[in-house]
Amino acid sequence: MGNVLIDKNSGKELHKGKYNLKRKMAKIWKDKSFYLILLPGIIYFVLFHYVPMYGATIAFKDFKVMQGILGSKWVGFKNFIELFNHPSFWPVVRNSLIISLYKVFWGFPAPIILALLLNELRKESFKRTIQTISYLPHFLSWVVIGGLAVKMLSPSTGVVNLIIKALGFKPIYFMVNPKYFRSVLVLTDIWHGIGWGSIIYLAALSGVDPQLYEAATVDGASRWRQIWSITIPSISSTIAIMLILRMGGIMNAGFEQIFVMYSPNVYDVADIIDTFNYRLGFENAQYSLATAIGLFKSVIGFTLILITNKLSKLIDEGNGIW
Amino acid sequence: MRQTKGEKIFEVFNVIIMCLLALVTLYPMINVLAVSLSRNDYVVRGEVTFYPIGFTLKAYNYLFKFSTILDGYRNTLFLVIVGTALNLFFTAMTAYALSKRDLIGRNLFLFLIVFTMMFGGGMIPNYLLVKDLHLINSLWSLILPGTISAYNLIIMKNFFQAIPRELIESSRIDGLSEMGILFRMVIPLSLPALTTIGLFYAVGHWNSFFDAIIYINNKKKWPLQLILRDILFFADTQQALTDDISTNIPLEPLKMATVIGTTLPVLVFYPFIQKYFVKGVMIGSVKG
Repeated sequence: MGNVLIDKNSGKELHKGKYNLKRKMAKIWKDKSFYLILLPGIIYFVLFHYVPMYGATIAFKDFKVMQGILGSKWVGFKNFIELFNHPSFWPVVRNSLIISLYKVFWGFPAPIILALLLNELRKESFKRTIQTISYLPHFLSWVVIGGLAVKMLSPSTGVVNLIIKALGFKPIYFMVNPKYFRSVLVLTDIWHGIGWGSIIYLAALSGVDPQLYEAATVDGASRWRQIWSITIPSISSTIAIMLILRMGGIMNAGFEQIFVMYSPNVYDVADIIDTFNYRLGFENAQYSLATAIGLFKSVIGFTLILITNKLSKLIDEGNGIW
Repeated sequence: MRQTKGEKIFEVFNVIIMCLLALVTLYPMINVLAVSLSRNDYVVRGEVTFYPIGFTLKAYNYLFKFSTILDGYRNTLFLVIVGTALNLFFTAMTAYALSKRDLIGRNLFLFLIVFTMMFGGGMIPNYLLVKDLHLINSLWSLILPGTISAYNLIIMKNFFQAIPRELIESSRIDGLSEMGILFRMVIPLSLPALTTIGLFYAVGHWNSFFDAIIYINNKKKWPLQLILRDILFFADTQQALTDDISTNIPLEPLKMATVIGTTLPVLVFYPFIQKYFVKGVMIGSVKG
């Protein structure tokens, strides 16, 4: 093998880019050091990603720890039928979608508005300071944010309830009241992501040709007119793509956030697919059932990503601003 | 430039809104810091807002007597240092091999990697794998399953591809091995990208807690975030309901001191590293 190395250039000329098997093997042998470098990565992805995908077959089995994944009996769709008839199943699917859609409805426009407002600031140093501050929450863990939320919303010492009390109302138990809990989730999510989310829009805004504004000013267009007719249209394709991609993740309602912040008091409104999955698996040890709901979510999520990626490519080609 | 009245009013409002945003973002951190440095009776009465009242370091004294906290720091530091080093090492190696455009099978490998970004086995199969590998209760269970982030890998691969081929070819002619080229040419040339990705990995290790919930039962091996969660939330909702804080330990200041102790490293480094993160978002959005 070692001495069948073929001159690449002449080989290509002869075969017009079509490798025969021998040439292919020679090329692979020539690049052997690259495959060696690649090997640990491939082992990693196979072991920690593809082996668990195989492990997900226990959704179709009656998994017994002693018998292992391979030895457990196949039961077809029994776990899925049990799952669909579980009293908590449809409520958690509903909660996941509702919380997710609330987050899109309130949380998706927030970074866009922030980017537009930042873009209108005249003083560069002020703008940069606000940006730096607004990115900060993105780097805090959900445990810390959960702790901050509990403190800020505390009925006795939290600033929100201090204001409520100062206005003469009774304090509200935000963290344990089903009426308010989803709002708490949406607002803390916005607090966490608004600054970081604005980066992509600011980048799109910085790409707008300044001559457009100059021309508009010469033509006598007011600042409002410029925002409506230049600024917003120039980031509309970015907005569309971000929205579509966001819809692809609609099954993710924010697992770590809810896991940290929820409690049995608010299960009715905040128990989502992932938290239910966690409790089924790790508190009730119903491995097969838990894997089934995980797989249910993955398959739907995967389908959504495929659809939304297709859509975003269509838009991308249509406008080509991205 | 001529400004209409409406524009001037808008500008003033805009500045006010931005200041309010900054206040809403920073107030929780300021308040938490103030509470952690205040005497408990003032805290309980809800008097502490922007600055400490009855300044005391008592909470921090209690905090650093908890051996679990110190264990937490040790475990988290191990995860951040060893974890990030392994992350970068293996991500760079894999990215370098995949940055060779004419590598046979490259598209197949890339497809297999990108596929893992969209589909996974789920919580339970991951747990069963970690269990079968006998990694339960080992800190390695928090490092190995996330050795390479597919997302960071693709970013790094794109970055490596942008390095002029002549540079790599010339060092190949000079007789460097591929690993030599990677470590002596490619990595030094990609330091900004590597710093960014390394910081993403490091913050990820610092902040992660859920994997430790399922893989680590032994409290001595808990990362800091999990200990924080324990101190903040155990029986916490009941506490909120009964509103009864009547132990000898100043509970509220202690909780808040733990929050500060867990967040401070991020806060201290943040202003300096912030620009790298933003750059990271930009690299990520460039297609390659």
